Amino acid sequence: MDGFRIPLGEWVKTGVDWIKDNLEGLLDFIAFIVRFLVDGLTDILTGTPLVVVIIIAALIAWAVRSIWMAIGTAVSFLLILSMGLWVAAMQTLALVIVAALVAVIIAIPLGIWSARNDTVRMILKPVLDFMQTMPAFVYLIPAIVFFSIGVVPGLVATVIFALPPGVRMTELGIRGVDSETVEAGHAFGATPGQILRGIQLPLAMPTIMAGINQVIMLALSMAVIAGMAGADGLGKLVVEAISTVNIGKGVEAGLGVVLLAVFLDRVTAALGTPGDYPSSLLGMLSRRRAAQRVEKTDAEAAQADTAKLSASGQRRAVL
Amino acid sequence: MRTSPGRKSKPASETRTIGGRGGNVTETALEARHLFKVFGRNPKQAVQKLKSGASRTDVQDAGTAAVIDASFTVNKGEIFVIMGLSGSGKSTIIRMLNGLHDITDGSVVVGGDEIAGVPASRLREIRRDNVSMVFQHFALLPHRTVADNVAYPLELKGVSKAERRAKANEVLAMVGLDGWGDKLPSELSGGMQQRVGIARALAADTEILLMDEAFSALDPLIRREMQEQLVELQEKLQKTIVFITHDLNEAMFLGDRIAVMRDGRIVQIGTPEDILTDPANDYVEQFVQDVDRARVLTASNVMERPRPVVAESAGPRTALRQMRDAYMSAAYVTGKDRKLLGMVTDRDAVKLVRKGEAALGSVIKPVPQSVSEDEVLMNLFVPAVESPLPLAVVDAEGRLTGVIPRITLLAALGPGPNATEEITLPMPPVPQAEIDAVLGEADAATGEAAATEEEVR
Repeated sequence: MDGFRIPLGEWVKTGVDWIKDNLEGLLDFIAFIVRFLVDGLTDILTGTPLVVVIIIAALIAWAVRSIWMAIGTAVSFLLILSMGLWVAAMQTLALVIVAALVAVIIAIPLGIWSARNDTVRMILKPVLDFMQTMPAFVYLIPAIVFFSIGVVPGLVATVIFALPPGVRMTELGIRGVDSETVEAGHAFGATPGQILRGIQLPLAMPTIMAGINQVIMLALSMAVIAGMAGADGLGKLVVEAISTVNIGKGVEAGLGVVLLAVFLDRVTAALGTPGDYPSSLLGMLSRRRAAQRVEKTDAEAAQADTAKLSASGQRRAVL
Repeated sequence: MRTSPGRKSKPASETRTIGGRGGNVTETALEARHLFKVFGRNPKQAVQKLKSGASRTDVQDAGTAAVIDASFTVNKGEIFVIMGLSGSGKSTIIRMLNGLHDITDGSVVVGGDEIAGVPASRLREIRRDNVSMVFQHFALLPHRTVADNVAYPLELKGVSKAERRAKANEVLAMVGLDGWGDKLPSELSGGMQQRVGIARALAADTEILLMDEAFSALDPLIRREMQEQLVELQEKLQKTIVFITHDLNEAMFLGDRIAVMRDGRIVQIGTPEDILTDPANDYVEQFVQDVDRARVLTASNVMERPRPVVAESAGPRTALRQMRDAYMSAAYVTGKDRKLLGMVTDRDAVKLVRKGEAALGSVIKPVPQSVSEDEVLMNLFVPAVESPLPLAVVDAEGRLTGVIPRITLLAALGPGPNATEEITLPMPPVPQAEIDAVLGEADAATGEAAATEEEVR
């Protein structure tokens, strides 16, 4: 048996080489787009005055969660700044945002498709399992072969790694919508598209948002690994710290990742369940609007009542 | 006179008579012919086997037969109830009526349109314009306000926003929810949520309403209230309603006609009275045992031919003779067309005979209690107790159509097919004169008067 070996690795390598030789145009195009997006966002984040970025981040936190979250955000961003990690952190943030966006744009349609089609689901399930359990570093190898070192292979690997929970949670959310409610849509003559937009997606939104939250967290963890492929950012600092056994640098870079992670996680989690955060800016706004609406209808009802009273001289109790 | 305000009348029975009154030609709103529904791998083959007489368990390998050879028609403006236990196929049937389940075999015709095998777009049109539905667990859209939920079918029809809003408010007022339009469904109680469900179906403005166990998820008191409200709405709107329930009392209360299902087959179709008094088989009979008969049977179901009764034109002698034969101390008096004029007592008749007068007119007294034909038994007990004679039953024109002795009322509550037939007393009482003779009483005249004062029955 010693001599017998299935050359699976060889096959994959051959395939990868073939793609590199024959699809160069496509690869270049992808690389161009990715570099454009990530570099553009990085430039925006690092080009904007520090104070403005921090204030915007704090406002976002306040809008979806609370004033305390806003204060916490400002403090953690200042901490990152004080460790001298600002530029690296912004590079990582840009990478994560672009990677998460791309992953979500691919994941949600896939999730919808597999929720509505059992065959697609059957095919997709093992593929997703494969994507999720394959050690993340392995994606870097073909990515580097295709795109050489830099931010592009890092982002491609990140997207592949972060995709599965987005697909899964979208599918789960849509399949989990109360079947009678969907049936009601059918019973009143809604088209499949109307049911998707009017019933399934809105009702599945909390689950889908939980999926997006997972996508972002995975993207962040992968963005650090992407540092090995040469993507600039906190990840690269961590890799450098490992190779030089520099504890101080490693801890600082690691802490920067943690602070970013906490910010991104809290914000996206709050987006999924807006009702849980009544003290957020958005929550307060919607409550004020609801109160105005009720006041208005109360006034209308009172008017109608007095009209009724004068008309019939008798008031009918509502319920 | 119908009922005193304290007592509940039963409006359902009024709608029940609409079809029959004046020999109206009833139009068919919906027709199902030889419907089959088989879930599973080989439905067509299962249907073939079922058609050639195989039983439900015989075709288990080919698929699960949910509905087997069901045929029925639903008339315009009636409430047609499909009743059965869980697993009897009733929910499957109702979903075949609007194509939510495709039809394995047979046909469903809704307002002239065949449902089986039509393309999806046509089916959606039919659902938008002809058939709407109310669901067991309400199936409201939790992220939309009550008014937006009600307007949902209109939105699908492409109605403008202002028009939608107006219609939603109108329908909400109809179900007693005005002022709740801006609330979210989760802020409403179960009963109110189902009112929204009904309002949504009404807003669609379809001829046919399918109600799938619409009240089963509500607690009993609310359910009762909703049933009554539905009946009231139905009187106003005259929709065609197919109502699914597992509760026979609900079926009896709401249904103009009821189809009883068992194991995928329809075992009996008939009016509530038919099913109560003439169950098609042991299964239906067992079911019927639990029904509150007093709420289903009406006066016309149990009444006997009127007795004693005299025409106004007949003299006091005839009246006396009638009373004597019936062992009664009074008799009903009818005018032309058998119209109930009042009653005459034996004492007055005796006086008239003694005076030699020939006309009853001068001594007719008003009848203390009479009830209409479609009053349920529940509402007859108090009048029956208060009435000195067997309770008079009059039709809409005030004609005396029958009487209900108390004993008949009692017997009607018991089970068995004979309960509503005319009761004959097993043995007539020994004539008064004989008893008098035996006892040898001296003062016969006063004794007789005192004894006949009490009702014999």
